[in-house]
Amino acid sequence: MSAVDVATRAAWLRRRGPRVPALLFVGSVALYVAVALWTGETRMLDTDGIIGLLQRMVALGVVALGQTFVIIGGSIDLSVANMISVAAVLASFIMQGHVDMMLPAVAIVLATSAIVGVVNGLIITRLAVNPLIATLGVGLILQGLLSASFTNFAGSVPPEFQLVAYSTLGVVPYSVVGLFVLAALGASLLRATRFGAHLYAVGGNAEGARLAGVRTNRVLILAHLICSLSAGLTGLYLASRLRSGAPWVGRDGVYDLESIAVVVIGGTLLAGGRGGVWGTLAGVLLFVTLDVDFNMLGVSAYPQLVLRGAIVILAVAAYTFRTRGHVA
Amino acid sequence: MTLTLKVDRPKSRVLTLAGRVNIAVIVLIALYLAISVRQPIYLEPAGLMNFLRRAAPLAILASGQLFVLTSGGFDLSVGSLVTLTVIGGSMLTANDPGNTWWTIAFLYTVGLIVGLLNGAVVAYLKVPSIIATLGMLLSVNGAAMMWSGGAPRGYLPDNFRMFGRLVFHDVPIIGIFPLAIAVLAVVASLAYWALHRTVFGRWVFAVGDNPRAAELGGVRVDLVRIAVFVISALSAVTAGIMLGGFGGVSVDVGLGLELQAVAACVVGGVQLMGGRGTLIGAVAGALTLFALFTLLTLLGLPQPLKDTAQGIILIAAVAIGAWRRRRAA
Repeated sequence: MSAVDVATRAAWLRRRGPRVPALLFVGSVALYVAVALWTGETRMLDTDGIIGLLQRMVALGVVALGQTFVIIGGSIDLSVANMISVAAVLASFIMQGHVDMMLPAVAIVLATSAIVGVVNGLIITRLAVNPLIATLGVGLILQGLLSASFTNFAGSVPPEFQLVAYSTLGVVPYSVVGLFVLAALGASLLRATRFGAHLYAVGGNAEGARLAGVRTNRVLILAHLICSLSAGLTGLYLASRLRSGAPWVGRDGVYDLESIAVVVIGGTLLAGGRGGVWGTLAGVLLFVTLDVDFNMLGVSAYPQLVLRGAIVILAVAAYTFRTRGHVA
Repeated sequence: MTLTLKVDRPKSRVLTLAGRVNIAVIVLIALYLAISVRQPIYLEPAGLMNFLRRAAPLAILASGQLFVLTSGGFDLSVGSLVTLTVIGGSMLTANDPGNTWWTIAFLYTVGLIVGLLNGAVVAYLKVPSIIATLGMLLSVNGAAMMWSGGAPRGYLPDNFRMFGRLVFHDVPIIGIFPLAIAVLAVVASLAYWALHRTVFGRWVFAVGDNPRAAELGGVRVDLVRIAVFVISALSAVTAGIMLGGFGGVSVDVGLGLELQAVAACVVGGVQLMGGRGTLIGAVAGALTLFALFTLLTLLGLPQPLKDTAQGIILIAAVAIGAWRRRRAA
C-alpha cells in the first residue's frame, strides 16, 4: 500500500466515521425481532411483515437521502415537507386521473422541485442568508401559495400511476427497489465523483475549500437541487400511494424535522463534512421499526410522541457526548 | 488632513446614528402607519394599547429567544411549552380560582425543568441545540396531549386569565391600560438589564461570538448555556399564561410560535449563530411581525398568504442584514 493509498483510506475512514450504519442497523433489527417475539406478533417477522416494514421506509427514506447531501455540505433544508405537499398536489391536480397526463405531470413536478432547490441554493449562497432561515422562508412561501390555492385533496392519479406505490417485483415493491437504487446512486455520487469530494470539503471547511479552488456556491446549489428533487420524488410517491395529493401531506408526515433527525442519527455531522447515505437509511430503519415496536407493545399515540422526542435526543447524544469542542 | 476630518465628523456622526437605528423600528413605524390608514382607531391610545396587548406574548417570547440566539443556539421548544402551559393551567386549576397561584408556580417549575434539560443536553451531551430542542418539542407536545387526552376541556379561571385579559379603564391620558403591557414592560426591562447591563450579559455575547475564547477568558460556558435556555423557557411559560387569557384552551395555541419568535429576533437584527443582538431589536422585531400580520388581516388576505408574506419578510430581513454587514466590513 503506498502512502497515498494509506492517506486516502484514512481520509475515507475519517469521513465515514465509526461503523455507525452497521451498529444502528443491527440494533434496530434486534430490537424489532425481540419486541415481535416478546409480544408474540411473529407475523411481523414473516415476508409480509418485513416487506411492510421496508415499504414504510420509502417516503421518509427518499427525502432523507436528499437531506443527507445538504447536511454534508454544512447546509440544511427545512422546506422539504412543504415541497412534498406541493409535489403531491401538483401531480394529482395535473393528472386528474388521466393516463396521458402522467408524464407531463411528473416532468412539471420535477422541474418545479429543481427550481425550488436552485432558489434555496441561490438565497443561501448569493444573498448570504442563513440556510435555516432561507429554507424556512421558502417553505412558508410554498405552503402559503399551495394552501391558498387548494384546500383539500385535489384531482387524482390514474390507476397506472398508483402502480408506483403498489406494484411489486416478485415480492418486493418497486418503491422499495427504487429507494435502494437511489441510495446506491447517492452513495456513488458522494464516494466516486468530484462533486461528492467537493461537497465534503465545503461542509468541512467552506473557506478552505474555496481557497483550494472549489466553487463552493455551485456545489451547495447542486446539493440543494438534489435535496429538493428527492422531496419532489417523495411527493410523487405519496400521491401514488394516497391516490391524490392534499396540501397537508408533507406537513402531517413531519418530513422536514424527521428527515433531519434520521440523517443526524445516521452519523452525519449536523455541522457538515462527514456522513453518508447508508447511515441515513439505518436511521430511517430505526425510526420505522420504533414505530412498529411501539404499536406492537401497545404504546398509545401520545406517549409515543414523548418517547420519540427523547429517543431523537439520546440517539444523537450517543455520537456527540464525547465531543471536546463547543456545540451550540 | 485634520481639516477634512473636522469637516467629515458631523456628517459621519449622522450616518452612524442612522446606521444604529434598528431597521425594524423604521419598518414597524411604516407598517403601523399603513394599518392606521385602514383603521384610524389604531392611532388613538386605545388602539395602540390593544395592539401592544395582543403583541405582548410574541414580544416576550422573542425577548427570551434573544438570549439563546445571542449565545449561538436555537430554542425550538418554546411553542410546545406555551401549549403545555395553557393545557396544564386548565387541567390543574380545574375551574377553581383558588388553584391559580400554585398552578402558576407549578408551571414555572415545569418551565425551569425544561430549560435546565435543554441546557444540560446542549452543554454536556453536546447535542446541537436545534436537535435537542426539537426533541424537546416532540416530547413536550406529546406530554401536553397525554395530559389533556388530546381534547382539552374546560376553561381557565378569571384570575388566571387576567394577565392576558385584564384592562384598566379610565386611566388618565391613555384611557385604557392592559395588564399585559405592564407584564411586557417588566419582562423587557429585566431582559434588557440582564443582557446589556450585567456581566452575565457580556458572557452571553462572548459565548455566542467565540465559545473557545470565552472559555479561555474564564467564562463558564456550560452554565451560560444552561442559563439562556432557562431564561427562554421561563419566557415561554410567561407568554403561555398570557395567551391563556386571550383565547380558549386548545392543543395548538403554541403551534409555530417558536419560529415566529426566531423570526421576530431576526427581523430585529439579531444574528443567528450568535454574538450580536439587542433587546430593542427583538421587541421591535416582534412588534413588526405582529403589525405585519395585523395589516395582512386588515387587507383581507387569507391565512395561507400570510405565511407566504412571513416567508418573504424573513428572507428579506436576513438578506438585508447580511448585506449591511458586508458593506460595513
